[in-house]
Amino acid sequence: MGAAPVADALAERAYEPVIGLEIHVQLSTRTKMFCGCELSFGEQPNTRTCPVCLGLPGTLPVTNAEAVHFGLMIGMALGCEPAPRSIFHRKNYFYPDLPKGYQISQYDIPLARDGRLGDIRIHRVHLEEDAAKLVHAGASGRIHGAEASAVDFNRGGTPLVEIVTEPDVRSAAQAAEWLRLLRVTLRQLGVSDVNMEEGSLRCDANVSIRPAGEATLGTKTELKNMNSFRFLERGVNAEVARQEELLREGGAVTQETLHFDPRTGALSPLRSKEEAHDYRYFPEPDLVPIAPTEEMLERARSALPELPAQRAERLESDMGLVPDTARLLAFRSDLGDFFERAAAARVGDDSKAIANWIVGELVANIGDADPADTKLEPESLAALVGMVREGTVAGSAAKDVLTTLVAEGGDPAEIVEAENLGAAGGDELARVVDQAMADQADAVEKIRAGNDKATGAVMGAVMRATEGRADGAEVQRLIRERL
Amino acid sequence: MTGDLLDLTAAQAGQRVRAGELSASDLFEAWRERAATDSLNAYRWVADAPPPEIAAGAPLGGVPVAIKDLFCTEGVPSAAGSRILEGYLPPYTATAVEQLAQAGAPMLGKTNMDEFAMGSSNENSGFGPVMNPWDESRVPGGSSGGSAAAVAAGLAPWAIGTDTGGSIRQPAALCGIVGLKPTYGSISRYGMIAFASSLDQAGPLTRDVTDCALLFRHMVGRDPLDSTSTGLPEEVRLPDQERLDGLRFGVPPELTRGGVDPGVAAVFEQSLRHIEELGGTLEEVSLPHSDQGISAYYVIAPAEASANLARFDGVRYGLRAEAGDLASMYEDTREHGFGDEVKRRIMLGTYALSSGYYDAYYGRAQRVRTKIAEDFRSAFERVDLIVTPTSPTVAFGLGERTDDPLAMYLSDFCTVPMPLAGIPAISIPGGLSDELPVGIQLAGPAFSENRILEAAYALEQAIGFDGSGARG
Ligand SMILES: [Zn+2]
Repeated sequence: MGAAPVADALAERAYEPVIGLEIHVQLSTRTKMFCGCELSFGEQPNTRTCPVCLGLPGTLPVTNAEAVHFGLMIGMALGCEPAPRSIFHRKNYFYPDLPKGYQISQYDIPLARDGRLGDIRIHRVHLEEDAAKLVHAGASGRIHGAEASAVDFNRGGTPLVEIVTEPDVRSAAQAAEWLRLLRVTLRQLGVSDVNMEEGSLRCDANVSIRPAGEATLGTKTELKNMNSFRFLERGVNAEVARQEELLREGGAVTQETLHFDPRTGALSPLRSKEEAHDYRYFPEPDLVPIAPTEEMLERARSALPELPAQRAERLESDMGLVPDTARLLAFRSDLGDFFERAAAARVGDDSKAIANWIVGELVANIGDADPADTKLEPESLAALVGMVREGTVAGSAAKDVLTTLVAEGGDPAEIVEAENLGAAGGDELARVVDQAMADQADAVEKIRAGNDKATGAVMGAVMRATEGRADGAEVQRLIRERL
Repeated sequence: MTGDLLDLTAAQAGQRVRAGELSASDLFEAWRERAATDSLNAYRWVADAPPPEIAAGAPLGGVPVAIKDLFCTEGVPSAAGSRILEGYLPPYTATAVEQLAQAGAPMLGKTNMDEFAMGSSNENSGFGPVMNPWDESRVPGGSSGGSAAAVAAGLAPWAIGTDTGGSIRQPAALCGIVGLKPTYGSISRYGMIAFASSLDQAGPLTRDVTDCALLFRHMVGRDPLDSTSTGLPEEVRLPDQERLDGLRFGVPPELTRGGVDPGVAAVFEQSLRHIEELGGTLEEVSLPHSDQGISAYYVIAPAEASANLARFDGVRYGLRAEAGDLASMYEDTREHGFGDEVKRRIMLGTYALSSGYYDAYYGRAQRVRTKIAEDFRSAFERVDLIVTPTSPTVAFGLGERTDDPLAMYLSDFCTVPMPLAGIPAISIPGGLSDELPVGIQLAGPAFSENRILEAAYALEQAIGFDGSGARG
């Protein structure tokens, strides 16, 4: 994790940010949290609704078993302890996006608590329902000052899991980095689309600062609406800087909720009316407690795939990959899967080389696409890497072979043969080197005078003549031999 | 024809239909005409067309049923006695109503009630009070006052209502009919406009115990749309026992002494003699926390109501006040839409749940509730049923208690402990005091409805109450 400039600056001033994150994850269940409506993906407004999620008089919620299952999976993936009996509460406040006048959420007994992901401890994981979507006409885009407002209840009642961390994050960059780990973990679980721009992954941050090394916590502010990793980093950095300046000028931080404006990067306090609530929580009498049976727990446990953090660790320790490569493969499970299949077909000790080919040449070739969707077979990649190690094909020529394999598939040895890409060597290469040194007499003089860089000119000539089939180290050796 | 039909109980009428002696549509039409003569303000709406064909052999025989206005009925006004829902037409029908229709009891009409079931006199209806058919200057009780008055006056063969703190049993008592508040969860609450979710329970209001058992049989059931519903573990039997041999009856001094009118106490004493004559035994049992029942109830029920009624905000349905901004729209809508008692309870409940007060009020009330349930549990280790008066007084005069909410709240002190404990209780007519009916309440452990109905039936035969005086 690279420390951000602002964090560096603060360290000089001996202040330390203390950051906790609250993440809302929309679950990709088939139906809503408490009714039978299918989840909405951009349908016409108010077409995915029923008496229950519209809060019509007389209707009652019924807990979605799939949401509980997903919630348990998330809790377990984050190393939390599932509660033997968790309950729902009503969180009461008036707002047009809340058809019942209360949100059904979990309060003092959440679904799961006390876990850890990476360096950050997890405080709690709980289930709740999403609010509907307000559309405001008017310049402000917010309800204050709007000319008219309309409510789209399609989103209302979508299952949410709220994940709350302990205040263990120490910089904006670490926050963004950790959120990426969380996102890839949730994606691996298959429980959410985890798309920040579309709102299926939302992150609020509680930010305070304190003199470095002290244990007490400063007054915190809550930052909302940072709907991308970049905005999260910018928002937290801006807030840390603001608090820093306040304290340096002898002021004090007031506890408040701040709205991040991605257009200007500015933080503005939410009006107190939007903020000051006594939610009057009390146990939801319409629902029975969630008491996971051993079967439910086992089902959630056995649905857990290997998680990215675990996979990265395994790739490092078992396969000997360097941390960055291991994490890249673990965080993109399509690459990780491809790597493991190729590594299984490897000859000798090629794992690291295969990994480098995947995160380097292959990604450069296919971008975000899944390698399994190309014509390239993992076994072919392993074979190609083996040929490079043996010197039967030069690295630069092997890149061309890879391009062919991605587009057309086939056997790398046959492609090398057919396209005459085999490494130049023996008498052929010796003749080419002789010729190149004769053509580049000036350069040879400079090399003799001790200018090693001049080797490049000779090397370039050899490569041009062999169309890249020559092995660089072998060419170097032949040049030295002839000096 | 109409006169004859009025003399039949619902069970008898249903039998004649099933025997082919009476057509279901003639029966419906006769009751429809009868309901349309309502001069007690018992109905809010009466069916204007016959129901779809009743299946031959339907167990309830096509005998129509009056429905309390807080059950949602598709396309039919369902206002729960509130101006804020005036004109509201639900897009769906409550499970209990649906089940009755399936069993052959089509909806006859929607009955008047205290607004959102908050009241003990029906004077809190947004649409005017209901009059007691025994004496039209008196209240029918509440909140299911319209249902009780309609059955007592022969404007409906039978009816359903809801009971939160006594809202079926107390009006049944004051109108001289039978009313059962079942075990919490035995009947689905789906489609009942909620007052206090942890207490609300639907139940029958009928002319006699047999009708009560028959109607109840087709209301129970676990409903996938109500996670708190359980159904009953056993089939509801039609009672036929005429003796009470071996049954032990507990008489709790806390619910039978102080505050009970002498005339009511006399009828109650008479019922105790009947119990002994029928072979039952009497024993004093203590319910030491039941005197705190009213206090606990008037914290818990308003607290839940304050949340349940938050949805009436003018945004989606019902009344909406035109106002400049959102906050004023909320305030004006609720100011004009809700009656005084509803506002009073919303304020009580909001206060009880407020941060800093939660534990002192809501938390404490819940602890009292637990104690009350424990009282009943230990009592039922010694006795099979508990017997009390249903209401400490007979029907009081219209307007008599409207300025004194506390006196009004106290009319529920015999009926409030049972819903707090989630247990079933029935009220049957025990006799008259000053020409007005007195109700006798029998309560039992959770899911003991069959035992309660058997005992109530035996007692009913011995008492021989004649309710025809209220049927015009
Ligand atoms: Zn829905």
